[in-house]
Amino acid sequence: MRINLKVLKTSTFRLAAIYLVVFAVSTGAVLGYVYWNTVVLLQQQTDDTIGAEVQGLAEQYRQRGLSGLLEIVKERSKENNGSIYLFTNFVGRRLAGNLDGLPVGAVGKEGWIEFPYGIQTKNGPDKHIARAYHLQLAGGFKLVVGRDVAERRELARVIRTALFWALGLAAVFGVSGAFLLSRNFLARIDSISATSRTIMAGDLSERMPVTGTNDELDRLATSLNEMLDQIEGLMMGMKEVSSNIAHDLRTPLTRMRTRVEAALRTGKDKDQTEALQSTLEETDQLLATFNALLSIAKAEAGQARAGFVPVNLSELVEEMSELYEPIVEDEGGMLELKVEPDVMIAGDRQLLAQLMTNLIDNSLKYGRDPESNIPTISLQTAMIDEKPTLIIADKGVGIADKDRERVTERFVRLEESRSAPGNGLGLSLVKGVVKLHKGEMVLQDNKPGLKVSIKFNT
Amino acid sequence: MKNTANNSKENSNGQNSAMHILIIEDDLEAAGWLKKGLKESGHVVDHASDGETGLALALSEPFDVLIIDRMLPKMDGLTIVKKAREEGVKTPVLILSALGEVDEKVDGLRAGADDYLPKPYAFSELLARVEGLVRRKDTEPQQTVLKAQDLEIDLLTRKAKRGDQEILLQPREFKLLEYLMRNADQVVTRTMLLENVWNYHFDPQTNVIDVHISRLRGKIDKDFDTPILETVRGAGYMIRAHKP
Repeated sequence: MRINLKVLKTSTFRLAAIYLVVFAVSTGAVLGYVYWNTVVLLQQQTDDTIGAEVQGLAEQYRQRGLSGLLEIVKERSKENNGSIYLFTNFVGRRLAGNLDGLPVGAVGKEGWIEFPYGIQTKNGPDKHIARAYHLQLAGGFKLVVGRDVAERRELARVIRTALFWALGLAAVFGVSGAFLLSRNFLARIDSISATSRTIMAGDLSERMPVTGTNDELDRLATSLNEMLDQIEGLMMGMKEVSSNIAHDLRTPLTRMRTRVEAALRTGKDKDQTEALQSTLEETDQLLATFNALLSIAKAEAGQARAGFVPVNLSELVEEMSELYEPIVEDEGGMLELKVEPDVMIAGDRQLLAQLMTNLIDNSLKYGRDPESNIPTISLQTAMIDEKPTLIIADKGVGIADKDRERVTERFVRLEESRSAPGNGLGLSLVKGVVKLHKGEMVLQDNKPGLKVSIKFNT
Repeated sequence: MKNTANNSKENSNGQNSAMHILIIEDDLEAAGWLKKGLKESGHVVDHASDGETGLALALSEPFDVLIIDRMLPKMDGLTIVKKAREEGVKTPVLILSALGEVDEKVDGLRAGADDYLPKPYAFSELLARVEGLVRRKDTEPQQTVLKAQDLEIDLLTRKAKRGDQEILLQPREFKLLEYLMRNADQVVTRTMLLENVWNYHFDPQTNVIDVHISRLRGKIDKDFDTPILETVRGAGYMIRAHKP
């Protein structure tokens, strides 16, 4: 019963019920109109025929007198065509006609009556209904002219029955159809909400059922599933990040704590000053890591997209080259600039600048010639395949094929680079900023070195 | 900014004299350290620990600088700045906040603050910025020639000379020098330079600023006996307006 009540509350059922009511009312109206027309029209016809006959007989009476009328009535009564006649004297005795006696209600001067009467059929006596006009003639004689209306009544009854059946069936089919439709719909909705409840309980691997009909519910389930894939991916990332953070933040914190504790224990001013000094440096490192994490989170959250403005990528690259040129030159290296003018994208200037500094910083750290230790960095902007593209390349040791996917993950530092300062977040931020700008980043072998190409889809 | 140059705030050394500073900060320990540091730098410091008290103080007394934390009990920092500005208080405001992202910064400046420093900060950075705020207020904006010792730059012709000798500067070097000279006798941090000369609101891992400074130094100091552009250890750089 609970399930039935639930079906009744569904929007499908409500819609079906409304539709059913509208359908029933209009069907009823059409059938009612047909019924009314048929019945009334038939009665009208009968009445007209009777009226005409009464007029005719009254005329005969006036012209041929009592005997003439008697004769005609006797004549007509013989025909077994459903016509009813009765001619009586002033005490009500039959003089002619096929009725046994004056029907009840045939009192007064004249008028319409309807009455039951018996007839003889092949199957024995039968009760019929007649409609008649009665008329009092001079001298107390009474004339009754009528028609058997059993057929007409039967027709009306048949129409009435058909009408009620039609309405009844429409109602039954409508209600059960609505019920089935809503139950089917409800079952699918129920399975979707049951799945979401499982997911809420913590099982993120669960997916919404898809029937394959590609109807609106399937499409809803499909987009929910896509959303779940995204969420699951993010959650997995989060889990990994939290354990990485736990490691990468806890280690320096532990180191700091040990150092401060040891310095307190020795109580010597010199040791304490040294401990404080290195604690301060380590705190700055930690803060830098923390800020980088926040920037990545912000870039990945995608809120910054609301503040996107047109950014001239070419100008930004030129500014970057101007900012970095002195330091590269001081190292004896080369900063090569290949800029197609006015390559524009919609973006966040600060984040794009940070993306570039992270890549250039990386090239400065790892893009040095293994023998001469001199950095060679090239910055390039161009429209490639009609897409604004930024390429930053170096001639350093590069990244092995197997590591290229991994390096953009948070806190991942390759063995080769462990000794250089850094927190393993630079490329993660780059990846986050690229994603924010709906771009695609490809790391390639520059033979030798690393080539980072970023295509923006704006 | 509308105030005319107020040279009474400078003594003969070109150093700022004592400033009257109001700190509105609910973290009592942080406020205590800040107060101690500013006092040691020779300033007079008042402290309020919630927004309402802070605003009342800011409205009732003339301060030289207001240092306001963003998240405060009773009234948040941005509201204090807005209300103070509505009441016609023109005192320079530095907002301190744990919300350090660039757009938060924009919110702060839009509310009427003059500078914004994300927490945690280095004290030297804060001091440089606070003193910079007062200096900014004192500088006459119409000035077209800036001078420090025998170094002179013309903001209209974009030319620089030291003594009689003209110095050729790249446009960015000129901007860098201009910023340093506008803030003469103030410590200018690397972050301040990145923000104001390059308009980048983040710190690259590589210290690119130092190289630019050393190039500039090569042009303005190398051939002369007295260096004008000094390095302040652990803080930043400073140009002295007068010979020490």
